This record gives sequence, structure tokens and C-alpha cells, in this order.
Amino acid sequence: MSSTPSADLVAVLPPRASGGTRAVAELPDPPLLHLLLPKWLTALARAREGEKGRTARYVVLGLVGVLFWAFVFGVLYRLLTYFRGVEEIGALLAGKLLGLMLLGFSSILLLSNVITSLSSFFLAKDLDMLVAAPVDWLRLYGAKLLETVVASSWMVLLISIPLFSAYGLAYDGGFAFPLLVVAMMVPLFIIPAVVGSAVTLILVNVFPAHRTRDILSVIAVLTAGGIVLLFRLIRPERLARPEGFRSLVDFIAVLRTPSSPFLPSEWVAEGTMGFLGGEFDWLLLYLLWTTALAVLVLGALLHRGLYMTGFSKAQESAQRFVQADGALSRFGRRLLSPFGILRRELVMKELRLFFRDTAQWSQLILLAVLVVVYVFNIKYLPLRGEGITFFLVNVVPFLNLVLAGFVLASIAARFIFPGVSLEGRTLWLLRSSPMAVRDLLWAKFWVGTLPLLILALGIVGVTDWLLQVSDFMFLVSVMSITLLTFALSGLAIGFGTMFPQFETENAAQIPTSFGGLLYMMASVSVIGGVVVLEARPVYGYLSAKAYGTAADPTEMVIGFGLAALLCVVATVVPIRMALTRLEAVER
Amino acid sequence: MIELLNLTKRYGGFTAVDGIDLNVPRGELFGFLGPNGAGKTTTLRMIAGILKPTSGSIRVAGVDMRADPMTAKSRLGFIPDRPFIYEKLTGAEFLRFVAGLYDQEGKEVEHRARELLALFDLEEWRDELVESYSHGMRQKLIISSAFVHRPEVIVVDEPMVGLDPKAARILKDLFREYTRRGHTIIFSTHTLEVAESLCDRLAIIVNGKIRAYGTMEDLRRDLEGGERGLEEIFLRLTGENAARNLVDVLDA
Repeated sequence: MSSTPSADLVAVLPPRASGGTRAVAELPDPPLLHLLLPKWLTALARAREGEKGRTARYVVLGLVGVLFWAFVFGVLYRLLTYFRGVEEIGALLAGKLLGLMLLGFSSILLLSNVITSLSSFFLAKDLDMLVAAPVDWLRLYGAKLLETVVASSWMVLLISIPLFSAYGLAYDGGFAFPLLVVAMMVPLFIIPAVVGSAVTLILVNVFPAHRTRDILSVIAVLTAGGIVLLFRLIRPERLARPEGFRSLVDFIAVLRTPSSPFLPSEWVAEGTMGFLGGEFDWLLLYLLWTTALAVLVLGALLHRGLYMTGFSKAQESAQRFVQADGALSRFGRRLLSPFGILRRELVMKELRLFFRDTAQWSQLILLAVLVVVYVFNIKYLPLRGEGITFFLVNVVPFLNLVLAGFVLASIAARFIFPGVSLEGRTLWLLRSSPMAVRDLLWAKFWVGTLPLLILALGIVGVTDWLLQVSDFMFLVSVMSITLLTFALSGLAIGFGTMFPQFETENAAQIPTSFGGLLYMMASVSVIGGVVVLEARPVYGYLSAKAYGTAADPTEMVIGFGLAALLCVVATVVPIRMALTRLEAVER
Repeated sequence: MIELLNLTKRYGGFTAVDGIDLNVPRGELFGFLGPNGAGKTTTLRMIAGILKPTSGSIRVAGVDMRADPMTAKSRLGFIPDRPFIYEKLTGAEFLRFVAGLYDQEGKEVEHRARELLALFDLEEWRDELVESYSHGMRQKLIISSAFVHRPEVIVVDEPMVGLDPKAARILKDLFREYTRRGHTIIFSTHTLEVAESLCDRLAIIVNGKIRAYGTMEDLRRDLEGGERGLEEIFLRLTGENAARNLVDVLDA
């Protein structure tokens, strides 16, 4: 072998490359689909992965999906067949309902496209390579827009299927109906995607991308929370009361007026109802497609003008100065010092990471809205007046436990379940240090459970107070919700560790995984179990109170004892399993 | 200080590390060389207690990693090749957190952290969130974190990746001085000049097995290398057909 390989190479290398530039016609021009090839291949590779329990996962997901579809379809179909039987206003109501739902879809799509396009156009890992390659701006725009549409619209698409099926079947739409729906829905998906990505493009040109992400997550949460709150506070249930309408003529007049005649969602609703009523207006389809194509052209032009400046700005890192060892930090450290250095630092780390991540803490706003709506619902429950028995007043707080349990399970799924997954990239540090896995889980458990417990006791306490329940029911609710909170946290830690998503950096995505689904199923089972076990003694007690019979103490001990045991098991067993699982993780 | 006995790691049918025996005494700066995928990172991650060996044993500062992992880990610091750290902590907070993992705190730790950050020109950045750090700065922060608790053994995977020449020079000096004070460092590298100039002894690992082992003089003598440099020895052990392949590729 030669001592310098390059000496051998000289003879066989091609001639020195010429210094001239290639003619424009020679420039490589990868087609749009080629740019999407890696995504497609990744999806295929994922589908082919022979991971453990994949079939079971698909079966469960498929089953849940079918059940959900059947539920949406069933409810809508029933409602629409009822509407169809109502003369004059039936079709108007169906149209109004569709218009409202599509308006909701459009808002969700717009919001979701704004957020998704920030990732796909500015933060995605493949962008460096694509922007550095000789890829035409229009191709890049097309590829990234398509990616954005798919990522942000699939959920709406899935919900649209049972929705339009119900309309088609209830109004005998025939075979042409699905084709028409596709022709109308495609532009309805394109328009918010183009508008959403244009909004993001402008925002990124104004703020750095990382700041934009923070701003967007707060805007998204505030908007979502605002919509929910507004919808609830106007108390739509009052509309169902006959005394709410002045006259039928007024009501029909309101129904006949399109709520938003310039919105594409209204065109789709009108087109659908027109077709189902036998008077389809082709102008609506024309309007939809010309609008979609026009915004597409405008979006592309905006992209050509602003994208490179925005992309360049997106590379700037968000330099953020944090006050060194502030008063809060010092207070926290002093408060936690009895737990030792390691546990204190682990808890401090958890708190810092949470409150410095806008995408995380901003979810608390949504949580606050949820709690307000919850308490509001309880406050306006018609539990006074004629026909309201002692039983009903005391059974409601008991059922309230189920609802509060679901709320807590959702919160634990969002905040506690992803905890271990989020350590994926830093596991090297935790695993190479002399830290027992137990300490890590301890910190994650308590940082999640304490606020959850305060919230749980707050919800149950306030609602019980509003309902003016008996002392016995108050005690039962408070004890049950406390034990349930521990169980739900334990399950979240357990399932989150047993089904980790180490590669996912977005905490909000983690609960939507298969493990998240299993966690929710397990939580529902435990909540159901506790309620079933407590039902008998509670019924016994209430009967005794109402009819003056004697309550059976054995029944109470067994019922409440088993419920408590179930909660303790649901707390301890998953955490123990998580310990074993995490100790075996190799990354 | 580090003893590996018949260390093996298998992933299904693939053997990443195949019966490695190695003894690195106290105060030695030991280098691991080898082509990509040879098993260097797997070996180092096993020594750091991140991966569990399929068979064989690891002793760090006389403590068996399998029997008493907590004590063994308390004696070492690990620097990975990819600088993934908590984005939402500041540099100072990260060092404090790492010290906490080793049950250390107080003025001494704070002072040490400040000195380390200053050494790597990160002092001005100490209260900035890590998310605003460049790749090299993150690497420097991770290196600082491995020294902040003063471990007896430091395990380093590709220390020079992403470092500017000044930081690389500082790191070399730091490694030398640290071992001179009786601590032990084992590291993997692709930079042969670094290995040749820095290591007391080195091992060349190919396909999970140690192919050559010893001081530079030992390697030259064993391979009848005369005055050849480490690059020649390395290529001879790992890449006889490198030139041939290159020609094929360029001609293709």
C-alpha cells in the first residue's frame, strides 16, 4: 500500500472541475414529490416497524376510532332525522348546524395551520438541507404547504367523515354526495393552510421564530379558552326554552340569514344543504375553488418575497437572560432543603423547566377556563324547586366525583404522563450519575400530584359548597377525590414510563400516543371502580337518612375500604412497574 | 482505576462489543480509537453505567458497576458526544443541578462552577438559558459539568467535537493536568493527532474487539511500524482498502 493514498488517486481522478458556472437550464430541479419523499419513507418505515404490541395498539386505536365515529354519526343522524320531520324550519336548522360546525372547523384549521406552519416552514430539522440545496422557492413552498395541510387537517378530516355521512344518509344524498363533499372540502382545507402559513410568515418576519412560537402558543390557548368560556357563559341551554323566542317568524328570519356570507365554511354549508334539497348552486363551488386558488397564488407570492428573510431570522436564537438565583429560587431551595440536595435539585429543575416553557405553562390558562366552566355548570344545575329530592341533591355530588376524576385524569395525562418521556435526551446525565431512579420518579410524582391535589380539593370543595351537600357526602367526596388524585398521578407516572416517547420533544403530543390512550382507559376504569364500590354504602346511607332506616356499617367498611384499596393499588403498582422499567432503559 | 473484564454487549444478533479486557490505572490518560461503529461509544457508555453489559464486568475505582452502580457512578463523570441538555436551565443552574446529582452543594461548588465557566469563556453566559447556546458552547458546558463534582474518573466520548481551537487547547491542558493530579481519563476520539500527543496509552478497537493496545512505542513495535505515525498504524489496522474504495467511488 502506498504511504499516501492520494498519490495513487492522481492518475485516476476526473479532470479538474471547470471554474465556470452551469447554465440555468442545467440546474438541478428536484420535483415537489421528491422533497416529500423522506416524510413518506419515514411513515412507511414506521408502519413496517415490528415493535412489540403493535397489532394490539392498532386494534385498540381502530376500535376507539370506530366507536367515536359511530357516536358522532349516531347523534347527528338522530338529530337530522328529527329535523327532517319538522316542517319549515327543519332544513334551516340542519343548515345552520352544519354552518356552525364548519365555522368551528375553519377556526380550528386556521389556528392549527398557524402553529404547524411555524414548525414546518421555519423550525423543521430538514430545512437546513432543503434551503441549502438548489430547490426552487415554489417547490419548497408547495412541499411545506402540503406537509402543513396534512399535519394540521387530518383530525378535522376524520371528524368530517361521520358528519357528512350523517347528512348524506339523513337527507338521501345519493352516490354523488360524497364526490361533491370532497370537491367542496378540499378548498376548505387549502384556504386556512395558506392563510395560516402567511400569518406565520409575517409574524416570523417581525419576531424571531422562537419568540413567535411562544406568542403563538399563548394566543392559541387564549383563543381556545376564550371560545369555550364565551360559549358557556352565554348559556346556550336557555335557547331551548320556548319562552326564549318572541315569535316563530322572527326565529325563521334569523335562521334564513347566513351568519357569515363571506366565509368559505358558509359556502360549503349552503352548497351541501342546497344539494341535499335538490337545488345545488354551482356558483358556490366556483367561489370555493377560485378563492382557494387566489389565496394560493397570493400566499406563494408572499412566500417568495418574505420567506428567506424570515427563515434567516428564525435561525437567530432567542437569548434570554434569567435572573441569577432570584428570591423565588432561594425560597424554593429553602423550602425544599429538608428533602436533601438531590431531591431538592430535581424538584427545582422540574419547576424551572415547566414555568420557563411557554408551551407548557400557557396550558394552565386553559385549565383555569376548564375549572371556571365546570364550576359554572354546577352552579346552574337546576337542583332546587319542585320534584328535586334529597336523593338527587346528594347523588349529584357523588356523580360530580366522576366528572372531577375525568378532569383530573386529563390534566395528569397532559402534565404528569409526559414527564419521563421528556427526559429522553438527557437520560445520559441521569443514568451516568449516582442518582437512584426512585428519586427522579419521586420528584416527578410530587411536582405533579401536589398541584393536582390542590385543584381537586378546590373543585370538589367549591362545588359541594354550591350544592350545599350533607357533611357525610362532603367527607366522602373529599376523601375519595384525594385518594383518586394519588391514583391518577401514580397511573400517569406508571404508564408514562412504560410507554415512553423519548424522541418526541413536544410535551403536548406525548399524551396522544398509544400509552396515553391506555392511561386514559386505566384512569376511567379506576374512577369507575371507585364509584361503583362506593355506590352501595352511599345509597345505604342516603336511604337511611331519607327513610329513617338503619345504615349497615359493614357495608360501609367494605365499600369504602375496597375503594381506598383500589386507589392505593393504582398508586403504588404503576410506580413500582415504572421503577423497574426505567432502571432497564438503555439510551 | 478502570478495569474491564471480558466486556461484551450484544444487540440481538449483532455484537457491538466483543469480550474486551482493559486495565487503565490511576493517573492515566487513555485513548480509544476506531472506525465509526467499531464499539467505542458503546464501551464508554457501559463504563459510564448508561448501558448494561450483556456479559463481563466493569470496575470503576475498585467498585463493581453491576454490584454497586451508585457508588461506582459517584466516582465518575461522563461527557457524551451529543450535547443534549435541559434547554430551559441557565448554564449556572445546570452546573448546580449536576453537582446536586452527586449530592454536592455550597460555596465550594459555586466557586468551582464559576471557575469552570470562566475557563471556557462562558462566564458572560452563565445566566442565559441553554437554548441560546451554540453547539460548541453546550459542549463546553457539558465538559464543565463533568468536572464540577471532581470525579476520580472521567469518561469522554469525542471531546473535541464542536470545540473552537482555543477551547480544544484548554481541554487538552485540563485533561493533562487532571491526570497529573492522580485522576483518570478515558476518551474516544477520531482526531489522531490529539490521541498521539495526549494519550499515555491507547487502544484501537475494530468490530468490537481491541486490535492493538499500548503506548505509541508499543504499537509501532508490535506492528513493525518503524517511525510511522498513528495515522498509518490506524489505517493499517482498520482501513487497508481505503484508497481502493475512494478511487472506485470517484470513478463511479
